[in-house]
Amino acid sequence: MAQADRPLSPHLQVYRWGAHMAVSIMHRATGSALAVGAVLLTWWLVALATGHEYFATVQGYAGTWIGRLVLFGITFALMQHLASGVRHLLMDMGRLYDLKVNALSARMTFIFSILATIAVWYAAYKVMGVL
Amino acid sequence: MADMKTPLAKVRGLGSAKDGTHHWLSHRVTAIANIPLVVFFIVSFVGNAGKGHAEWVAWLKQPIVSVLMILFVANMVYHMRLGLQVLIEDYVHDHGTKFASMIALTFVSVLIAALSIFSILRIAFGG
Repeated sequence: MAQADRPLSPHLQVYRWGAHMAVSIMHRATGSALAVGAVLLTWWLVALATGHEYFATVQGYAGTWIGRLVLFGITFALMQHLASGVRHLLMDMGRLYDLKVNALSARMTFIFSILATIAVWYAAYKVMGVL
Repeated sequence: MADMKTPLAKVRGLGSAKDGTHHWLSHRVTAIANIPLVVFFIVSFVGNAGKGHAEWVAWLKQPIVSVLMILFVANMVYHMRLGLQVLIEDYVHDHGTKFASMIALTFVSVLIAALSIFSILRIAFGG
């Protein structure tokens, strides 16, 4: 019983969840997702070098709704990783350590990545003449 | 029986290899290089969206595009290799699994870089 009243050592579940924590774990998650993207880019480049028939097959996979969903997710991962990566570089230079500025910058990475992902896909569909 | 191991042999594998700073710095340098390369990559892929095989080949054949794509792949894969190494170090605790994961990561990284760069060069120099 007495043990229950002892102060807990700091651990993940005792902290109130914040944007700075979300952006930190998202940096790892998006980085891992981008590794999948690197494999897909390699497949695409190999297909391009192989010839127009195999390239059309791979483009066909990319054009399915699940293919587009994966590419949309990788676009978001790239934008989020880019934004949180720039934030990391600024923190490496000793910036953004004020708590409010830090939390704001964390939120800004998500705002950037969502807007940039939508902008990229809007532009791509515009180029394709779909929109 | 007398211990014939040298002091160096006893501590090998037990502590820092003293190359953490190089890893950290390489990760940052490749991150900085990735910024313009990713912008180039995104702009190119949006600009060529929906194009067919011949048009993509013509795009990649341009010398500047070939070089930038090789730089992008090489830099990005190196950055990926460094980042995933940290994930393995943080989350894989079993020594054997960690060792196997590290070897597999290095092999896969080199393989995808080689396949990508070979494909780019094949198109760049192809007829």
